[in-house]
Amino acid sequence: MKISTFLYTIRQGVSNIFRNKWYSLASVATISACLFLFGLFYAIVANFQHIVTTAEKAVSVTVFFHDEMDFCESHTEGQIPSDERIAQIGQMIGARSEVAEVKYYDDDEIWATFGPDYFGEDYAVGFSENPLAGENNYEVFLSDVSKQDALVTWLQSIPEVRKVNYSTVTASTLSGVNLLIAYVSMGIIVILLAVSIFLISNTVAIGISVRKEEINIMKYIGATDFFVRAPFVIEGMLIGLIGAGVPLLFVYFGYNYVLGYVVESFSILSGFLAFLPVETIFEFLTPASLLVGVGIGFLGSISTVRKHLHV
Amino acid sequence: MSKREYLRKKREQMIEEKGIIYLDNVSKTYSSGSPALNGVTLSIMRGEFVFIVGDSGSGKSTLIKLLLRELTASGGSVYVMGNDLAKLRHRKIPRFRRNLGVVFQDFRLLKDRNVYENVAFAQRIVETPTKEIRRNVPAILATVGLAGKYKAKTTQLSGGEQQRVALARALVNNPSILLADEPTGNLDPKNSWEIMKLLEEINEGGTTVVVVTHNREIVNAMHKRVITMKKGVIVNDEEEGEYIDED
Repeated sequence: MKISTFLYTIRQGVSNIFRNKWYSLASVATISACLFLFGLFYAIVANFQHIVTTAEKAVSVTVFFHDEMDFCESHTEGQIPSDERIAQIGQMIGARSEVAEVKYYDDDEIWATFGPDYFGEDYAVGFSENPLAGENNYEVFLSDVSKQDALVTWLQSIPEVRKVNYSTVTASTLSGVNLLIAYVSMGIIVILLAVSIFLISNTVAIGISVRKEEINIMKYIGATDFFVRAPFVIEGMLIGLIGAGVPLLFVYFGYNYVLGYVVESFSILSGFLAFLPVETIFEFLTPASLLVGVGIGFLGSISTVRKHLHV
Repeated sequence: MSKREYLRKKREQMIEEKGIIYLDNVSKTYSSGSPALNGVTLSIMRGEFVFIVGDSGSGKSTLIKLLLRELTASGGSVYVMGNDLAKLRHRKIPRFRRNLGVVFQDFRLLKDRNVYENVAFAQRIVETPTKEIRRNVPAILATVGLAGKYKAKTTQLSGGEQQRVALARALVNNPSILLADEPTGNLDPKNSWEIMKLLEEINEGGTTVVVVTHNREIVNAMHKRVITMKKGVIVNDEEEGEYIDED
């Protein structure tokens, strides 16, 4: 194929948009409406998931060790870990895949922080020794709270570990909510996409069916399938591109506006609700919307034109 | 001799011996079961002007569709320009049709494009360089008497003018055969005669012209070969014939 023919088909594809402006407008509006809903829903779900994930990251497991002061029935001599052993256990915990972060708290540091908070500046008066001696611990933050049980079982199997503090309810609730959001959002996104594909394909199909005669004329005077199809495909892809771009702009500015409004009007929420910045939302939304828009325009036009090519 | 050269010579030989259009015992039955053509044998030589006449349902339109390779025959063989159309692959059809000019009763113009673009479109399809298109299109528009109307939208033209545009589009690629399916069906007598005169001129230039028509007056006045069809068979085929009412 000559370059001039290739350029001609591109020019025709662009011209077709203006020639059939009402059909183009209807197609762009359909694609935009579907992808706007998709974008809106994705922004809401992504924020929900972010809030839950942030809450999950605050869930921790605290690990205490045996020492001379403890009176556990199971306590035996030789299970009191040395400082080196505690450091080694810390490394072992940090190496586990479900662990996001490990923090070590020395018992003296804990008293130095906790004492003034609880008893005031004169906290040391009346305490000849550190009352929290032997309470040195690791605070373990999880990357995936659903694996808390496995971590706790493993921690409890370490002979030097005296006690593991954790909350089953918090972990299972957060894990459950996260899973629910994932399933529901996935279901709704699939339904939304299916509805979008159906609506958009129908719009493309109607638009092309109206021009069935044009395709017939082209075929009668000897146009190849490529020559007939190419302008329609370019037209479909451009309509898909515009149809995807418009809702992205709406969602971008709308999201920033709503986020600003919520943060300003409900500042009390900002303490415990962390919203995603628009850039993070658009890292996924931009390629997804463009791919869906252009992809549907491409596939819709190819499949519809094919029906009319056998002349 | 290359394979291409051999095939070209074979086609040429076929055209010389059997004609540029040759139907050998052709039948066509639609999926509904009704036979549209029944054992039609016909030969049209290069440079002929032929009328195909007959009532509705006589098989004229089916014949045109077979020649355009829009349909394939249920039985027998159809040869156009030496090509056995039953053996023509789908991807070869466009190239085959570029040697056929075709004109319809309803003009079939691209309504959203102007006169020039409608004609130039046929040249674009055969990948004619833009420079040549700019030279060829005005020339062919002048031939059909539309030199001054190249910028007009086809919807602004009269029926006769629209048919001239269709004719210009059919001729711009210098086809070997011109098929005209009821070209005067939507025209008044004056325009009908003008179109027929143009077709005659085109034929005098060497193009084989096949006209399917109902127009008795024109057929009888032009003294050309007339093939009369009835219920899917050829009932009369006569040089300088007349439109005979078979009823």
